[in-house]
Amino acid sequence: MIPLSWYLLLSAVLFCLGVAGFLIKRNLITVFMSIELMLNAVNLSFVTFAHQWHAVKGQIFVFFVMMVAAAEAAVGLAIIIAVFRVRATLAVDRIDLMKL
Amino acid sequence: MNGSLDLLLIPVLPFAGFLLNGLLGRGLPKWLVSTIALLAPLGSFSVVLRAALAIWGVGSTPLALPYTETCPLPWIDTGTLHIDFSFALDQLALVMLLVVTGVGFLIHIYSVGYMGHEEGYWRYFSYLNLFLFFMTVLVLAGNALLMFVGWEGVGLASYLLIGFWYKKNSAATAGYKAFIVNRIGDFGFLIGLFLLLANFSTLTFSEIAEKLAATPAWQGGVLTAIALCLLVGATGKSAQLPLYVWLPDAMEGPTPVSALIHAATMVTAGVYMIARTHFLFDRSPFALDTVAVVGAATAFFAATIGLVQTDIKRVLAYSTVSQLGYMFLGCGVAAYSAAIFHLVTHAFFKALLFLAAGSVIHALGGEQDMRKMGGLRKRLPVTFWCMTAAVLAIGGFFPFAGFFSKDAILYAAFLHGTGGQVLWFVGLVTALLTSFYMFRLWYLTFLGEPRSEAAHHHATPASMLSVCVILALLSIFGGWIGFGEGLGRLGAFLAPVIGVRSAETNAGKLELYLSIAAVAVAALGWFIADRLYRQRPQRPAELAASLAGPYSLLANKYYVDEIYRAVFVKPLQGISMYLLDWIVDKALLSGGAWILAGVMKFFGAILQRWQSGNLRSYAGWLAAGAAAVLLFILLPWPALLASWFGIHVSWGGN
Repeated sequence: MIPLSWYLLLSAVLFCLGVAGFLIKRNLITVFMSIELMLNAVNLSFVTFAHQWHAVKGQIFVFFVMMVAAAEAAVGLAIIIAVFRVRATLAVDRIDLMKL
Repeated sequence: MNGSLDLLLIPVLPFAGFLLNGLLGRGLPKWLVSTIALLAPLGSFSVVLRAALAIWGVGSTPLALPYTETCPLPWIDTGTLHIDFSFALDQLALVMLLVVTGVGFLIHIYSVGYMGHEEGYWRYFSYLNLFLFFMTVLVLAGNALLMFVGWEGVGLASYLLIGFWYKKNSAATAGYKAFIVNRIGDFGFLIGLFLLLANFSTLTFSEIAEKLAATPAWQGGVLTAIALCLLVGATGKSAQLPLYVWLPDAMEGPTPVSALIHAATMVTAGVYMIARTHFLFDRSPFALDTVAVVGAATAFFAATIGLVQTDIKRVLAYSTVSQLGYMFLGCGVAAYSAAIFHLVTHAFFKALLFLAAGSVIHALGGEQDMRKMGGLRKRLPVTFWCMTAAVLAIGGFFPFAGFFSKDAILYAAFLHGTGGQVLWFVGLVTALLTSFYMFRLWYLTFLGEPRSEAAHHHATPASMLSVCVILALLSIFGGWIGFGEGLGRLGAFLAPVIGVRSAETNAGKLELYLSIAAVAVAALGWFIADRLYRQRPQRPAELAASLAGPYSLLANKYYVDEIYRAVFVKPLQGISMYLLDWIVDKALLSGGAWILAGVMKFFGAILQRWQSGNLRSYAGWLAAGAAAVLLFILLPWPALLASWFGIHVSWGGN
């Protein structure tokens, strides 16, 4: 039996990788993938705890998260395509119309 | 007589005319504008006539006076203070209304001819109707506050009409001057209202009179203060010393306006107001004496200036100031009905003088300088005869209107003790001056040889001439309403409102002597004018040259405008510019605002850098924020604080 802490550690590592990728990467698609990575890291800890405490709620939450992530992927990719069409670039640093 | 007199209609009709012409007049044809503008005062006049018939009981029992109509909606209703839109009709108001709407209507007719070529025809008539609205409100007002509304309103209408030719700089300035000088007087009136409110806790004239009647011992003191404040208001509106300066300048307005507003009606509002609040003045001998002295001084002072003016309208303006001084003199010796009588006759002959002068000016294509007139008798025969009647009336010749009313005032002044005889003497000298400068005007304008050939002359329309003729008849016969004992029918009619002084009732030989003296003095004035301006036309110039000092003093109107400019206007301008504008406004207020704005801008510029638009920097701040929250929740703060700083805090409940 693999101890609980290993799963949690893996989840934390994956989450931190996601955060780091989100902050560091310049390509919009990579940033987007980092977000997915963070979501799945959280999913992993949900499943871990659900298994540990024999509570089904955690697993249900995972389905919700996956569903939201799927929807987000659909919308997000559409936005990315639209942005690319207009700006002809996916570099996050160049997409900065929001500043004053 | 039962039923309503529809007093409300009297002011509302001109107001409707004002709205119609003022809002739509630009697009309406001239005949329609004239029709609207003439129907409004005609309607008011007929309502007034109906009221007069009801009061004199034609066809039924006479109406009991005072008759009050109150608007069912309250105006001001706060705790102890309750003020309504109430219109009160009594004998005094009726006389005044007849003059205002009657003469007002005539001058409306005259204006149709006089202003026919003007561009702002509709504007002119809407202002004229507006004036009539406010004037009737002023006269009908049952309480002092409503009177004040009318009072301010006529000032506004006067300002608008003086500045009617607003493209002319002098006209616009004269409008300001009239408005500002009037504001000074209005301020006094307003203080008087506050004092009335504080001491009587009502502004309704009848209630104030009742309260005063209940306390017969109450004399002087605060009543003097109230009366003097009201007097300040009256001097502003009625162009008395020291606030008369606006009236001569008001002649920049169209001549019919000068006739209606600045001679016949509005400027008499001060006299009317004093007569309306006479119960206050009666309780304060000091205030009454002040009124009398102000009146006599103004009468004399303005008459001397009138001697040397060369602008025909300015002569008439100073004579108006002078005649208003007579009315104040009458009020000041408590001969209110004599003052009102003079107000009525003055309205007739002064309106006529102005309208006749207007017809002269009209015929000469805008020329107002009497030195360039002369010999107009043949060209303007009707105007000449009308003017003659008016000159005889204002000069005080028997049996013209001015004789009776001026005589009544002088007689009342003479009976007013020792000081009264001084006042009488001043009035008599003024009568001499009046007669002189009016005949001077008459000779210069109508007699002798034409001194310049006017480039073009219009024919005077029949509408203008017929108005002049009506007013001439009134100037000749109008005085007879006050003929006889105690001002005759007029005195008896006004008696219930403003009382009869014993002095006015026992006319005897003395009055006859005084009348003869007055007429003799007037004839002397005529004689001098005749010598100077008919027989030896070069003599006035020689006289002016030999008396250069006094002449230039008079010609420059005693330098009063210059003195006011140096004493009041310049210092005020200095304070406004240097203290208020530069120091207070620009340095303190504006500077403070700029400093605050600068500080905000400075911090804003720093914080602005946060808003980079860079997605990853936002994400970084998000992550840092999340880390900070986690740190805050997870770290054992109470223990840390205790160990670092020795501070002990309890957290929540544990």
